[in-house]
Amino acid sequence: MIFNDIFGAWVAVFFTLAIFSFLYKDNPFYKIAEHAYIGISAGYWLSIGFWTIIQPNLLGRLWPSKEYSEESFWYSIYDFLSSIIPSIFPNGGIDKGHNMDLTYLIPLVLGIMMILSIFKQFNWMARWGIAYTVAIAAGLRAYGYLNSYILGQIKGTIVPLANTEYPIFHISEPSLLNNLLILLGTVTGLLYFFFSREQSGSFGKITRLGIYFLMISFGASFGFAVMGRISLLIGRFVSLIDYSSSQYHHATLWVFFLMIILLIYSAINDRSTSS
Amino acid sequence: MKDKNFIVSSIIIFFAFTYLQLFKPDLYIDERGLLLFLILLFGGILQYSTRHAIRGGDIFLRTIPGVKAVEEAVGRSTEMGKPVLYVPGIQDMDQVETVAGVVILGHVSKMTARYETPLNVPVARSIVLKAAQEACKESYLIEGKSDIYNENMVHYLTDDQFAYAAGVNGIMNREKPAACLYMGKFYAESLLLAETGNSIGAIQIAGTASQSQIPFFVTACDYTLIGEEFFAASAYLSQKPELLGIVKGQDYIKLCIIIMIVGGVLLRFLYDIDLIDFNVLDFLTVSNLK
Repeated sequence: MIFNDIFGAWVAVFFTLAIFSFLYKDNPFYKIAEHAYIGISAGYWLSIGFWTIIQPNLLGRLWPSKEYSEESFWYSIYDFLSSIIPSIFPNGGIDKGHNMDLTYLIPLVLGIMMILSIFKQFNWMARWGIAYTVAIAAGLRAYGYLNSYILGQIKGTIVPLANTEYPIFHISEPSLLNNLLILLGTVTGLLYFFFSREQSGSFGKITRLGIYFLMISFGASFGFAVMGRISLLIGRFVSLIDYSSSQYHHATLWVFFLMIILLIYSAINDRSTSS
Repeated sequence: MKDKNFIVSSIIIFFAFTYLQLFKPDLYIDERGLLLFLILLFGGILQYSTRHAIRGGDIFLRTIPGVKAVEEAVGRSTEMGKPVLYVPGIQDMDQVETVAGVVILGHVSKMTARYETPLNVPVARSIVLKAAQEACKESYLIEGKSDIYNENMVHYLTDDQFAYAAGVNGIMNREKPAACLYMGKFYAESLLLAETGNSIGAIQIAGTASQSQIPFFVTACDYTLIGEEFFAASAYLSQKPELLGIVKGQDYIKLCIIIMIVGGVLLRFLYDIDLIDFNVLDFLTVSNLK
């Protein structure tokens, strides 16, 4: 087994057990894991964001490979940038298969405005980017939400109540009783979210039925998610057991016992300091 | 229906669309006519309700315990001299839950400014960072407490879901906030956050429309704003007539949806027993553009 695999296993074991140590209490191992995780992930996502979005999709459309567009004054800016940072602006344009599209100057300008907001006098500039993001998302999603959420829900609730092909009741397949429950659950659930009427009297009883339906569905969802989490936990334990073999120089056992000893030492130390 | 401007505008829009339909039919995609109608209907209802509220119309809204508890939570933090932790979810500003979370943050930060309670807002997205900073700054200015506003009260952790959860858990354990508010879009980190908040004895209020995460919040938090309640919270907190009007308008829209469902079931029933030849499901199916 090569060194990288063994080292990777030791790192994985350390971070897994360090995160698990939070079950005992907040401790230096958890702090190390937490800060390393946050720092590494922040840097990682910055890098991923730049090399998978900004460079190919933004810069790659502003200065595509000269094969896809004509040589122009616009490229003299690129040539200047290329002479400074050739890794981002390679010679001859960015070849990601895009044609030149100068409308992408809009996101470039908005991005620059967002960065400039670190200076107090340009703080207002960030609002343009925020407004653009929120407004575009609202406009784009209005149609999709209406079609898939509202019309989709209505269609899903218009269930057959007189179709002779369906049995009266079946535990797991469509049946007339199940259809009736779907209809009742949706309508009473919707009525629960009526805010302009007090939930009292007969209306209150109907909305109470609605919240019962909601809670039953939440319970089912909770159980389903917990089952998923348990399988993740088992996966983690399987890795820890694998890494405890001699192939990995008993990484799990070493890290586990060292952590336990240090945590006990730290607890004794804390107790003597406080007393 | 005393709003003359609304009626006149509606008539103009109706005739404009009728004119276009008759003389410029190529502008329309016939299969999507139903969606156009629904957008105009729902938009009209919201517009009417908003105008009705702004013109001083009486709007009654029932109490939502979770919304009422937000002020109590901030008050509890003030009494205990501990900070308020506000988590606006892990998604960007293109998600409606995040937008609602930042709007509610504006109201919460008004309360923390008023009571001079420390506020801590860790975020997971750069645009949310700026939006949340703007919201807090404005609230502190409105409350006349710009001197205690600190830009670092809203700070970025990381984009990564579980690294963010680990960071927020660490903050909870070290700062021991008296109130933890989770308002936004959440995924699998929801239970990690709420469990930690529970273990430090903080009062916890969650608000989300993420269906799969509501059960976790319901289990671990003191109050949970479920779906629509979460979106209505900003109207409740601000008591602005235009927002209250929208909540009322949304109730009318829900009523329309219930009528459509019940009517649809009835039509399907009649179709199934061969009394009519109209299939309501075909009518409601909107094809995608080719």
